[in-house]
Amino acid sequence: MAGYILKRLLSAIPVLIGISVIVFLIMAMIPGDPATAILGSYATPENVAALNEDLGLDEPLVTRYFIWLSNMVQGDFGRSFALNRPVLDEVLERFGATLVLAGTAFVLCSVFGIAAGVISAANQYGFGDKAITFVVLLGISIPSFFLGMMMILIFAVNLRWFPVSGMWPIFGDRTIWVLLDHLAMPAIALAVVATGVVARLSRSAMLEVLRQDFIRTARAKGVRENSVIWRHALRAAMVSIIPVLGIQAGFVLSGAVYIEMVFQWPGVGRMLVDAILRRDILLVQGGVVFIAACYVLFNIAVDVAQSLLDPRIKT
Amino acid sequence: MSNFLRLLARNKLALGGLIVMGIVIFFALITPLLPLADPNVTNTADRFQPVFSEGALLGTDHLGRDLLSRLMWGTRLSLAVGFAAAIIAATIGAAIGIIAGYYGGRTDNIIMRGVDMLMAFPYILLALAIVAALGPGLLNALIAVAAVNIPFFARNIRGITVGIANKEFVDAARLAGKSDASIILSEVLPNVIPVIVIAMSTTIGWMILETAGLSFLGLGSQPPVADLGSMLGEARSALITNPHTSIVPGMMILIIVMAINLLGDGVRDALDPRLKSGALSRPMPATRVDRKGPIPEAEGDDLLALRGLETQFHVKDRVYKAVGGVDLNVRPGECLGLIGESGSGKSVTALSVMGLVASPPGVITGGAVYFEGEDLVGAPYSKLRRMRGKRVAYIFQDPLATLHPLYTIGDQLIEAVSCHRPIGKSEGRAHAVELLRQVRIPNAEKRVDSYPHELSGGMRQRVGIAMALANDPEVIIADEPTTALDVTVQAQVLTLLDDLRREKGLAILFITHDFGVVAQLCDRVAVMYAGRIVEQGPTDAILNAPAHPYTSKLMACVPELGEGRRRLEAIPGLPPVVDKLPDGCAFADRCHVATDACRRGEIPLDPLSDKRRVRCIHPVSDPATEAAQ
Ligand code: SF4
Repeated sequence: MAGYILKRLLSAIPVLIGISVIVFLIMAMIPGDPATAILGSYATPENVAALNEDLGLDEPLVTRYFIWLSNMVQGDFGRSFALNRPVLDEVLERFGATLVLAGTAFVLCSVFGIAAGVISAANQYGFGDKAITFVVLLGISIPSFFLGMMMILIFAVNLRWFPVSGMWPIFGDRTIWVLLDHLAMPAIALAVVATGVVARLSRSAMLEVLRQDFIRTARAKGVRENSVIWRHALRAAMVSIIPVLGIQAGFVLSGAVYIEMVFQWPGVGRMLVDAILRRDILLVQGGVVFIAACYVLFNIAVDVAQSLLDPRIKT
Repeated sequence: MSNFLRLLARNKLALGGLIVMGIVIFFALITPLLPLADPNVTNTADRFQPVFSEGALLGTDHLGRDLLSRLMWGTRLSLAVGFAAAIIAATIGAAIGIIAGYYGGRTDNIIMRGVDMLMAFPYILLALAIVAALGPGLLNALIAVAAVNIPFFARNIRGITVGIANKEFVDAARLAGKSDASIILSEVLPNVIPVIVIAMSTTIGWMILETAGLSFLGLGSQPPVADLGSMLGEARSALITNPHTSIVPGMMILIIVMAINLLGDGVRDALDPRLKSGALSRPMPATRVDRKGPIPEAEGDDLLALRGLETQFHVKDRVYKAVGGVDLNVRPGECLGLIGESGSGKSVTALSVMGLVASPPGVITGGAVYFEGEDLVGAPYSKLRRMRGKRVAYIFQDPLATLHPLYTIGDQLIEAVSCHRPIGKSEGRAHAVELLRQVRIPNAEKRVDSYPHELSGGMRQRVGIAMALANDPEVIIADEPTTALDVTVQAQVLTLLDDLRREKGLAILFITHDFGVVAQLCDRVAVMYAGRIVEQGPTDAILNAPAHPYTSKLMACVPELGEGRRRLEAIPGLPPVVDKLPDGCAFADRCHVATDACRRGEIPLDPLSDKRRVRCIHPVSDPATEAAQ
């Protein structure tokens, strides 16, 4: 098992390099002199010269890439001139908030999505199935930012169940309940689309499995129907559900940007949007590479989970 | 194509989506012709007019602009951008996919590596990076959304293209000296286009949603021009005081995306052949029972007795009579062979006993199954479940498919017991090991922790038998348990079953197509053809002198146990399709002694001698027939 994890980690290296190349190439599309673009209104001749020196901006593209990469490997993601602090510090701080939000949404979408899909499949064409199918369709069709706004309107403004927006620091002096209070609405709004996708896929994966011979064997043994569905069928269906959960993790992680805007959540997505509007290019560059790298690592965790679940995968 | 449209029309939801989309697109197209207020003229005196106010049907926004007008122009813009992004992504993605799939080898490798890299990004993140580089603006948002979706198309189209590129007609075109470009255009592209259309129909909703999202973030369309997303973004600050300015564009996005998704689902379903055949239905816990006519009484004191059993498959408006009135019976310690070609209904008969025929489409439409004098067909599911595996157990063919791939065989054996009576962990394990020993699996203590894929076919089949024995059942129904095995293993498994029957007094219903197996194991045999028993009697008697022409042909096909894998196809002709059974004898078309009388009316299963019965008016060993010949 340890060997398998190591193998997967090693195989992530080319992917991480590929990601850095793609981000670098995208950022190289910025028209005009890079130093001026990066510095924006801070572009005094001295600053431009210093930055050129730092990032090797006078060098050819390939050299520039390697300078950037080696800086990053050493933990130097550059400096945000607008915020006047290192990119990595800012990203790490914001990423924590996003992780709380996206992590909660991910748990929600996995649990409710799978449950809805299984119930739907178990009652195929019945009332429950039709109701779930309709709700799921609504869920995957509604823009999460619109849903978030409507939730604020209904549950925060009219019913006063939850605060309108904002977030309390996790490690502050407030209790966890204050955080949860602020987290509930954004996490749900973020989870809805992903829940719909997971539910759909779980339903079809379950239907596929329920027709298999080993389900008939379970029934022939006299296994209770509940156990046939939740133990035999779901276990086998998980093999095709888990990869989709991996993809959905990417959706909630990056889709958090909308929710963070709507609920004023101090996450990395909002940081990116602000940075884009401010043309704070190094912050965008660093943030994107960091998030993508985290996602790659998460997907390795998904693969490992898959191999634990399915003994047929050679580890 | 018309077939496809008909299927689509039958799906009411998809049709609804199509109609809504049609209306939206129609209004988007004619927006410039409508007498609307200028969407960008501000009028601060009339800010935040409510819905239905005079001169502004949907009210006005924070700058006093007419919301209806802005909504229609915004919808037009959002649709245009979404469709454009979809077309760009589909075109470029398809081109990449076709090139990778067609040329294969290193080209394919390099391209797909790149595609994988792009797919390693969380979805929207890449779009944000692209907008960051190009700068905010609607065109840039369009480019970003299209670019992010290219890998999806490339990967799908590549898969299809690889399949096509290896087909004969492509080889033929190559040999005919056609250039790659013309082969791609004339042979590959036409086959790929339907896939592109499906992929587009399922993703265009996303693309509209994403461009709206980027605009919502302020990275898409820039003021004063607004698409639906930026309308929503601008309205956000007034969400609490004037919610209608948010609700109007938000609902519009919801309506559009929902209509597209409905339509996309409909397109996908209409093109999925499995949905048409009903093959995606989930089988119920027990076969549906819909008995018409009187229920036959139990006779005698048999352990298991089938009386006039009828099982059908109802697919759409077709009815397949898989089992058409079957009588069988077994006593304790007896082994009854049920033999016939594949499709003769023997497996369905066996599965009907415990209500295990997949339903839908299966329905038990008549007859009864008596176990110790009690009718199982009419029994409620809970009773059936308690008897399954405990009193009547099954052994299935192909244990790789019939054992759960993700649980150890120990767990599966223990479960067979624990779903009928509580059993402790260590006791369960000991029992599982004991069962494996009973079926002579060497090294049982170690094997108990193996997964099915780690065992050989013969070992797996023994596990299947062990599982059937777990609760000491009275009846075992074995459905071709040796078909997948090689000859030596087959003989071992049969000996094992025979021993168990003698030791434990099991009643066995043994389904097979192999007379060799019957000869080795069964006391009596019933021959099945087209859903009915055509001959029944003691094994020796039938083997020595088959009475039904079908039986004798069957025997001619499989002379001895394990003589290769010769199946019954050696009989000329095919069994009749069970939804179109002919009048009279179902075997008449393949029978060499058929007469006109055979095709007239029902032929009964008449007694031939004391213990034998045959459904034929010219039985082979009948003295009358012999005299006539
Ligand atoms: S009834 Fe006639 S057709 Fe049918 S098997 Fe007998 S002889 Fe042949």
